[in-house]
Amino acid sequence: MNEELIISGRENLMVDPHLHIWHWPIPLYLFLGGLAAGILFFAALFYLMGRENEYRTAVRRIPFIAPIALIVGLAALFFDLRHKAFFWQLYTAIRLESPMSWGAWTLLVITTASVIWCALHIREFFPEWDWKYRWLIDLETFFNKYKKVLAWVILIYAVITGIYTGILLSAFNARPLWNTSVLGPLFLASGLSAGAASIVLGSKDKKERLTFTKIDLIILGVELFLIIHMFMGFLASTRVQIEAAELFLGGGYTMVFWIFVVFLGIILPAALDLMELRGYHIPAVIPGVLVLFGSLMFRFVFVFAGQISRWLY
Amino acid sequence: MRYAMAVDTKKCVGCSDCVVACQTENDVPIGYCRDWVVEVVDGTYPRLEIELRSERCNHCGNAPCVRCCPTGASHIAEGGIVLVEPNKCIGCGACIASCPYDARYPHPKGYVDKCTFCIHRVREGMKPACVAVCPTKCMYFGDLDDPNSDVSVILKKRKHKTLIPEAGTRPELYFLI
Repeated sequence: MNEELIISGRENLMVDPHLHIWHWPIPLYLFLGGLAAGILFFAALFYLMGRENEYRTAVRRIPFIAPIALIVGLAALFFDLRHKAFFWQLYTAIRLESPMSWGAWTLLVITTASVIWCALHIREFFPEWDWKYRWLIDLETFFNKYKKVLAWVILIYAVITGIYTGILLSAFNARPLWNTSVLGPLFLASGLSAGAASIVLGSKDKKERLTFTKIDLIILGVELFLIIHMFMGFLASTRVQIEAAELFLGGGYTMVFWIFVVFLGIILPAALDLMELRGYHIPAVIPGVLVLFGSLMFRFVFVFAGQISRWLY
Repeated sequence: MRYAMAVDTKKCVGCSDCVVACQTENDVPIGYCRDWVVEVVDGTYPRLEIELRSERCNHCGNAPCVRCCPTGASHIAEGGIVLVEPNKCIGCGACIASCPYDARYPHPKGYVDKCTFCIHRVREGMKPACVAVCPTKCMYFGDLDDPNSDVSVILKKRKHKTLIPEAGTRPELYFLI
């Protein structure tokens, strides 16, 4: 036998018997951040491609979700801090080594940019909108003049935000399940598919829905490939990563991962998207909601399971 | 200067005096600890082998907790001692998740807390509380750059190991085996 025990009775809260320092606010934030990144990415992309009028919902309407998602996400992050009164210390340093540091700055940029983007499209919802004050009108004129630059900033920062939600976790070598570089692209793909799904949910235009159904289908395929790729990497790696993968291959997270994340969140909506493209009429709400649900579950499963995976010595 | 500690697994009896000394010296909140004792039992009865280890923060040379800290609250002080500055710590928990040894914990006051190698004592020329109190004198502390320090001398004489060096952390807590 080989038995290892802490005989002095260590019971540090949130660390023992296994790490559970990050609770529901973190996966919720990772989901909302990824969703906002996906939405803003498509808005900026289709604007820069000059297809604003064809893809009105994607460019002008759905982006209103982004600042709300980001602000709710940031509130969740703040709620999770244990030394709240000192949160401003985040903005006294830029530490490129720390994903959380440059992530905090990225969030500042993308939240501000998304608010400006929505302000420029406020007449989409309130046609009679008047900024009233001279300086606000000047500001609107200014940003309208440089809207292309703003769109580029949003496009680039959306990608950074999407990848960052994955890198935040993958930077931790102490948690073998998180410590894979596939996590960045995988979280980005998951965020993009959530963004595409919300456009399908929000759009009333048939052509727009069809385009984003196609985009969603491709991204779901990429996501599935990345998941398989990730497990191949784990199983070919060291013992700790093999054990981390086993959490999903017979371990405690097997059912919740393969049923909720992979089947209900990826395979089923992809199949429904495919049927829709083949001419069957599928209510858009079903694959859309499934993708969003899968994306949320994916974050929860990964944040919680990752904290269980560890080095044993 | 490079502070390090060595624990003799052959002399340790697992009394947990080091744990209590640390809690008293550093006013560690009730229910928490900065150091702990691990017992590893190997083999089949009656051929059993026991290894006892008094463990704490490894004050790593390549500290993941310092790397991932978004504010710089986790930092490396003199002699490579890894410390947390409570007034800079936002309590995000990144350093706790980044430590493969689970050596950190969230202090009830909000910031993250951990072993300091009793830097306040070391600065006065004393040994850390756990080392000073050990009834079997199984712990050695000192400067690795000084060839005559307790820890340098014992590490030259005895076979030793560190914990999960394969995690790439370059730990400075040695175990004599």
